[in-house]
Amino acid sequence: MSVRDLESLPRKNGELVFEALWEGRAFGMTVALSEGGVYAWDDFRTRLVAEIDSADRVGAESSYYERWLAAFEGLLTARGLIGDEELEVRAAEYLSGEREDEHAHDH
Amino acid sequence: MSHGHDHDHDHDHDHGHHHPEPLTRAEARARAIESLLVEKGILTTAAVDAQVAAYEQDIGPLKGARVVARAWVDPAFKARLLADATHAIEEIGLEPSANQLVAVENTPDVHNLVVCTLCSCYPWAVLGLPPTWYKSFAYRSRAVVEPRTVLSEFGLALDDSVEVRVWDSSAEVRYLVVPERPPGTGSLSEDELAALVSRDAMIGVARAKAPAAVA
Repeated sequence: MSVRDLESLPRKNGELVFEALWEGRAFGMTVALSEGGVYAWDDFRTRLVAEIDSADRVGAESSYYERWLAAFEGLLTARGLIGDEELEVRAAEYLSGEREDEHAHDH
Repeated sequence: MSHGHDHDHDHDHDHGHHHPEPLTRAEARARAIESLLVEKGILTTAAVDAQVAAYEQDIGPLKGARVVARAWVDPAFKARLLADATHAIEEIGLEPSANQLVAVENTPDVHNLVVCTLCSCYPWAVLGLPPTWYKSFAYRSRAVVEPRTVLSEFGLALDDSVEVRVWDSSAEVRYLVVPERPPGTGSLSEDELAALVSRDAMIGVARAKAPAAVA
């Protein structure tokens, strides 16, 4: 087997890395800001652990990345990087279709 | 299904069709966050793109498999890997791990299993992102309490004489299992050996594959 053959082996053992595009965006934003020194990774991880713990306790059906996103949102608003109100307004615009992205994440 | 392209758009994109389905709540919030961070100059879309591409295309269990294969063929490398995996992986051209990386070796007497009981800490540098089951409540809650039962559910039966060591990952320390080299692989090249090393074997829920199983 050549190296080229080896490189073409499935990397993820048949499992998608991200099941939806937004999961990749949420992951990528969280890592990029940490690597950029905006916060320490552990500051995010502490919030992720808390989100997972509280969701597990009540048996919530939320997905892993929904919990991840909640932790990320909490960190951004706690640090004042994004305001609660502007986030709600902007999310409502996307949800209603009033706002669309110029670039297409889902193509 | 009609996409309604017969009316005028006042914001034509080159590829501009409307999303036929409304966004989910999570999708809308993720987009809201990204657009606000970009507007504020805290983040660039390109930086996010780069992270996503890296984990979708470049960083995956193949890297860990190359580390394991090298350890199998090079005892001196294995010694360095077991002593200081964080830096030893640089020898085969991988980025040094951002967290402390610890390699634990399976032997006929010891089997190692990795979990993150609190969330999903995982050796990204060598395995990419964890599989869904690794993040599940069932795995996180049971791997420490009843590892032999969990392993048997993965189809891995261990003799009672084998000691099972469970490693709970943390923000600071991530673990990579070096599985046992399968018998009958003495003539294989390093690349051929790497193909025997699955992601699951490096988490500790499987053995390395036998050569015939790969072919």
